[in-house]
Amino acid sequence: MHNLKLASVVVGLSIASSGFAATEIEWWHAMGGANGEKVNEIAKAFNDSQDAYEVKPVYKGNYTETMTSAIAAFRAKQQPAIVQVFEVGTASMMAAKGAIYPVYKLMKDSGQAFDESAYLSAVTGYYSNSDGQMLSMPFNSSTPVLYYNKDLFKKAGISQAPKTWQDVESVSNKLLASGVTCGFTTAWQSWIQLENLSARHNVPFASLDNGFGGLKTELKFNGPLQVAHVQKMGEWQKSGIFSYSGRTNDGAAKFYSQECAMFTESSAGYAGIKRNAKFDFGVAELPYWEGKVKQPSNTIIGGASLWVLQGHSKEEYKGVASFLSYLSKASVQADWHQFSGYLPITKAAYDLTKEQGFYKANPGTETGVIQMTTGTPTANTKGLRLGNFVQIRGVIDEALESVWSGDVDAQTALNTAVERGNAQLRKFEKAND
Amino acid sequence: MTVTFPQKGLPWLLLLPQLLVTAIFFLWPAEQALEQAFYQEDAFGLSREFIGLENFAALFTDPLYYQSMLTTLVFSFSVAIVGMSLALLLAVMADRVIRGKLAYQTLLIWPYAVAPALAGVLWWILFDPSMGPIALWLKSAGVDWNHYLNGNQAMILVVIASTWKQISYNFLFFLAGLQAVPRSLIEAAAIDGASPFKRFWTIVFPLLSPTTFFLLVVNLVYAFFETFGVIDATTKGGPGQSTTTLVYKVFNDGFVGLDLGGSAAQSVVLMAIVGLMTVIQFRFIERKVQYS
Repeated sequence: MHNLKLASVVVGLSIASSGFAATEIEWWHAMGGANGEKVNEIAKAFNDSQDAYEVKPVYKGNYTETMTSAIAAFRAKQQPAIVQVFEVGTASMMAAKGAIYPVYKLMKDSGQAFDESAYLSAVTGYYSNSDGQMLSMPFNSSTPVLYYNKDLFKKAGISQAPKTWQDVESVSNKLLASGVTCGFTTAWQSWIQLENLSARHNVPFASLDNGFGGLKTELKFNGPLQVAHVQKMGEWQKSGIFSYSGRTNDGAAKFYSQECAMFTESSAGYAGIKRNAKFDFGVAELPYWEGKVKQPSNTIIGGASLWVLQGHSKEEYKGVASFLSYLSKASVQADWHQFSGYLPITKAAYDLTKEQGFYKANPGTETGVIQMTTGTPTANTKGLRLGNFVQIRGVIDEALESVWSGDVDAQTALNTAVERGNAQLRKFEKAND
Repeated sequence: MTVTFPQKGLPWLLLLPQLLVTAIFFLWPAEQALEQAFYQEDAFGLSREFIGLENFAALFTDPLYYQSMLTTLVFSFSVAIVGMSLALLLAVMADRVIRGKLAYQTLLIWPYAVAPALAGVLWWILFDPSMGPIALWLKSAGVDWNHYLNGNQAMILVVIASTWKQISYNFLFFLAGLQAVPRSLIEAAAIDGASPFKRFWTIVFPLLSPTTFFLLVVNLVYAFFETFGVIDATTKGGPGQSTTTLVYKVFNDGFVGLDLGGSAAQSVVLMAIVGLMTVIQFRFIERKVQYS
């Protein structure tokens, strides 16, 4: 009897709650720590702003883990509606035509107002098809910049941040002479010292518009510019101007400990550097080689975007569309940009941040945005769309390491990397054709 | 002593849970990997194409794959030999401790409870070239420690990180083995005037041979299969390919690179290698083992 009563209460409750239940939208993401809390905050603000939909953010581990679990979930037909995928996974997502719901189409189908020109083209270009239509929604984008230790610069009698790689060399020599052990170190070597080096000098990284033109793309990063740069860095590694510190962003430790006076790293590394650097630091644009290009081009982005997956109800997709619109709002974007250090994705968010005086109060935070938005992106600076890009980056890491350790010269190393990388591209082409 | 069951069904029923676990978690995935190795498939499983032996052909025409095999052999035997000798040394010493025995033994067993990736991170911090205490100490001693550039140092690092955990496991078995050695034998030898060293080599060590053999098999299997977490957390297979072992390649190509066919082919090769090694061990080394 008692049990029966309890059961009826439970049933009653569940009927009552289903009456008001908002449509649930699952969002798998890879934002840990403070950014993860911010993601929850954004979702909560959206949920509170209306009562038809409820976005549920789920932290799935790092980028690779998030992407792998979303794919595994898709194969088991348990996929979330939205998943955050890092930039190197873009080609894999795009090629999976039956698995993704392109954002431009989703917006149209659900009748959401969607003006693609409101977004920063240097950001959205990476995630658009050849007709310029957005396939995924950029969420956290960053671009490489140069951080430098102002205190060490002052001690060495240097008044200006280096603009070109020639400057980096001369500044480093002065720093070394003043007793600093290393001129600069870098994070994410493939992204910064090859992919962005190519973009900055408007030189192709791969054929067919860096892969935007189709799966038949071939790697081109063994050209004279890249070889000269890598060769020079190999020499710098010997002379102490450059010090290699691993494949990810472990080099930060060398910058914090003032072992290295400069650090090329993502613009999103700003918050971490601000927290850990016990000295005055500045942010400069990513250097370029003087004489190799008249006006340096925009750099390309890294980070991740939000992909919508197939297999959900129309109602859910309506919710997804309205959530994506909400995310693009200037106020939401500006808040996210200022909090996390990732780039704003719309012009309105950029202007709003400027208006609020954020850049004045936090010098250096605007550098990445300015660098991204100078000039119109060309076929060489829009981004990269390469299949099996994770493996290709691994191949590049290995090649660069063999140059830094002095085992091989730059030309041989990059030729091997291109050859091995092309094999990965052909494999991807075969699997996705 | 043989236990007999009144009817045929009961033993099978009692075995069933274990058989089910083996079938679901070992045989089924192994069969899946074998099948997957003959296909090329996109990550989402939207298209699948039978390509015969192409995945294997790609592996065996890649010179880097052979290099990875060599790396794996160096790595695995280093882990097994270093881990077992240190554990034996510790076990012999722990066996002699009378006061505080439990505390001493517990402390030695603790590292086994640490997750592999965590163990990796721990050693990675200790050996970080610019801030790791051990690296700084090495530098002051004149060793230029930089495992980001020096392949041999990177190998030493992953061997240390992988061995450290395994020492606890080996220690437990060696200690149990030592305690099973009859005291009377050792005492008799002592009365005959055999030195402690001689007593160990001629009496204790041969009696430990079943344990040693068992541990050799287990340690090699551990080094072959379970160390990708440590490698991922410390060197990511670099610099170059100097710490890319076969199992790390399986993990990296399959779970990070999402090349399922290629990764499956590699795991089939890996299964074959370990199978072969185990057969060799049982045929040739086990003959030297004295069970009692």
